[in-house]
Amino acid sequence: MNEPLNTNKKYYERFDAYSRFLHILVITSFISLALTGMIIKFSGTGLFQTISKMMGGYAVTGFIHRVAAVVTFIYFFLHIGYLFRKKRKKGVSFTSLLKGENSLVPNKNDLKELIATMKWFVGKGSRPLYGRWTYWEKFDYWAVFWGVAVIGSSGLILWFPEFFTNLGLPGTFINIATIIHSDEALLAVGFIFSYHFFNTHFRPDKFPMDTVIFTGKVSLDEIKEDRPREYETIMQDPELQKKLGDPPPVFLSRAARIFGFTALTTGIILIILIIYSMIFLYQ
Amino acid sequence: MKKFVLAQFIFFVSVISIVAQSKDDKVCLDCHGDKTLTTTRNGKQVSLFINGKSFAGSIHEEISCTGCHSDIDPNNLPHSEKLSKVNCATCHETPVQHYERSLHAEALKKGLTLAPTCVSCHSKHEILSSKNLNSRTYVMNIPALCGQCHKEGTQVSGMVNPEERKVLSDYSESIHGEGLFKRGLIVTAVCTSCHTSHDILPHTNPASTINRNNIAKTCTQCHRQIEQVHTKVIRGSLWEKQPNKIPVCIDCHAPHKVRKVFYDDSFPDDKCMKCHGQKELTKIVNGKPVSLYVNYDQFKNSAHTNNPCIKCHTNISNSKNPVCLNSGKVDCSICHTTQVDDYNISLHGQKHYQGDKTAPYCIDCHTSHNVQSKKNITSPTFARNVPELCGKCHREGKNIATALDESKLGIVANYRESIHGKGLLQSGLLVTATCVNCHSSHRELPKKDPRSTVNPNNIATTCAQCHLGVYEEFKNSIHSPDVTKTNQKLPVCNDCHRSHEINRVDLSDFRTQIINQCGKCHEKVSETYFDTFHGKVSKLGSVRAARCYDCHGAHNILPASNPKSKLSHNNIIETCQKCHPNSNRKFVGYLTHATHHNRDKYPYLFYTFWAMVLLLVGTFSFFGIHTIMWFTKSLMEKKKHKIEKKKAVEISQTIENDDERVD
Repeated sequence: MNEPLNTNKKYYERFDAYSRFLHILVITSFISLALTGMIIKFSGTGLFQTISKMMGGYAVTGFIHRVAAVVTFIYFFLHIGYLFRKKRKKGVSFTSLLKGENSLVPNKNDLKELIATMKWFVGKGSRPLYGRWTYWEKFDYWAVFWGVAVIGSSGLILWFPEFFTNLGLPGTFINIATIIHSDEALLAVGFIFSYHFFNTHFRPDKFPMDTVIFTGKVSLDEIKEDRPREYETIMQDPELQKKLGDPPPVFLSRAARIFGFTALTTGIILIILIIYSMIFLYQ
Repeated sequence: MKKFVLAQFIFFVSVISIVAQSKDDKVCLDCHGDKTLTTTRNGKQVSLFINGKSFAGSIHEEISCTGCHSDIDPNNLPHSEKLSKVNCATCHETPVQHYERSLHAEALKKGLTLAPTCVSCHSKHEILSSKNLNSRTYVMNIPALCGQCHKEGTQVSGMVNPEERKVLSDYSESIHGEGLFKRGLIVTAVCTSCHTSHDILPHTNPASTINRNNIAKTCTQCHRQIEQVHTKVIRGSLWEKQPNKIPVCIDCHAPHKVRKVFYDDSFPDDKCMKCHGQKELTKIVNGKPVSLYVNYDQFKNSAHTNNPCIKCHTNISNSKNPVCLNSGKVDCSICHTTQVDDYNISLHGQKHYQGDKTAPYCIDCHTSHNVQSKKNITSPTFARNVPELCGKCHREGKNIATALDESKLGIVANYRESIHGKGLLQSGLLVTATCVNCHSSHRELPKKDPRSTVNPNNIATTCAQCHLGVYEEFKNSIHSPDVTKTNQKLPVCNDCHRSHEINRVDLSDFRTQIINQCGKCHEKVSETYFDTFHGKVSKLGSVRAARCYDCHGAHNILPASNPKSKLSHNNIIETCQKCHPNSNRKFVGYLTHATHHNRDKYPYLFYTFWAMVLLLVGTFSFFGIHTIMWFTKSLMEKKKHKIEKKKAVEISQTIENDDERVD
């Protein structure tokens, strides 16, 4: 934790309450889906059979999986609605919204930063002056978009096979949907519980975790060090300086840490179980 | 020899003289042809009329009156009023001799007026040949003739044993009586065929045709080839050589249909019970006393209540002392031939004759004197008691169960928990299969034996005794040896249902196990089953998820190409609808045994899978490298920071130290 040494130092609101709430939905539903989904993917291994039993059997895990799927669809559409409201509030066109500094749409600069980062990794340049969204953060964001679309649609086919085949979908597509659903989920779970965790929480300058997604606030010092370009933008824009304020209350920080560590631990355990099953037990 | 020649000479002379005298009969009828001719005897008026016509039709027509009434001198008439009795023996020597020693003559000598004489049966002057249809002694009329005295309700019937009172009506219902009366078969046995006409003796008399030792001879008069028909009972020549070893005809074929007399006059049970009724009666076998006590009351309540001791203990003889000395083991095959034949084939029998003391003999299951019908609830062979009975030896911890084969452990305990055992022991369903229904009661053999009822080749027929409907389905299925000709082993009932642990098919245990059962042979198909949803949730313990037989059928399994198959084009939608009510033509295209490892069979799945793998490997590789590089770089940066910090501290410290020196 990068606790501010000087309490007088200002904190910047990186995430609004709505987005933080959505991320909590993402975390809870994603972990639920991952656990209950892996149970069926690795149903042949005694380990996941035991977990299934502990949770009350396949009927319970199946139910949890579907409920979490519904939550996923809900946050997905809530976020789309959030984008629309933001656009209306700002009174700008979609193009300018997507092209702005605050946009998560990848652009040429991200490619430049990616190359520059690589150079920095090998000691042939200095650390890039990252802005509000780094390229890996954008990747994370679009990974969710892509994941929800792919896993969600294939999941719906598996959930309502009779309905979709009635519409003319060949029966083999259920088999294909199974493969896509399962392997895409493996990708999502594998990515989030390893790279996302590292990129965001475990990299040495953030270790053991970054609570900004729960508290919403990050110290100006940290922004200055981590995202110099954003720091510049804030310093130049009085509008953005309105988002500067006090550090997050202690209880929120504490709650954020408790929830965050729980989620991280669960994720780590899951990824260990998956790797273990894939290497030693899965046929 | 001389005597015989003399008797013949006398016979000839007398016949010639009788024939010569026949012309004189008219003289007799001059008086006796008058219907009013009477005389008074013992105060009663007796007619002396003789019907000349009927006499003329009688077999004695050729013999004149004086042929029988030899004390009349035709030249000196009228004859004296009191004539001596006609002696039939003059001509009919042998029959009369026989009659003289017969039951009838004995009775007459005792003064019983009911006892018949010659005329009682043959009449006086109207005597007809026994071949004459009108004769009272014609074969068709014999039962009526004897019945005059021996039918129910007569004075005679009141004097005989109660069992013998109904002989005539019993006879008329017997196969002999039916043959005679209903079919008019005159070769059928009538009273005289067995009892003889004149030599009628009680069966206790060794000379009697119906004596135990003679009865076979009597019956074989007609039933010539009976030895061939009864080979099992008679065993070739035993009947002649050792008639005491085997039952005689009437032991099985009651003479007058229901009569039950078993010659207990010769060896009545109480003779046996005099000794064997004593509880302390023992004999020494291998140095150990063995009780010879027989509980007669118990015996009389047994299934053998109508059998006298001697019927089973055949080897008893008056010449021995005691009569039963060394009479040996009872041979149950005397009556229960089939059962004993089966037993001799069975493993029990084989072991028993090899001298294995643990192998059971008849009485070990049926008991000796307390033998009960298997329908009797107290009988050890009563359906509900059978598991206990067999369990006496075949239970865990008992010698047999563990000695033979370890896989046989717990058969009784497993049976009790099986659907058959629960049906029998908990629900009291007596039609439920017990040990003997599958293994047979007397001919149980190890399943390896091709004759065994539990041999894989026979097990389906064995189960079909009760589960006929299932058997009929199975017989036409792909698993039936009638349908599939193969060298590989085809499954039979107990491959899926097990033998002693047989379960209810709708319970989870069965549904969970069946996949492994089918998978024993259909290894690859069952592997791919687990790659799809049904198999996956099954592995997680779902009972509802479709099992092999939910789609393929259980006993009526047929290849999908067969129109009758549950998976045929016409039936498959309906089959899926059992669980998926909205199943449709496209829906059934789902590949329930799909695998993405087979490129030729499932190219779509194969390429989808590898595309996904590529995506995964690509993403993970890129970020893997990215992360490792980032991690090392960050660590280096941190180290650098630390060193810089340390330097900064050292510098500030030296400055401080310099300041101190200044001070």
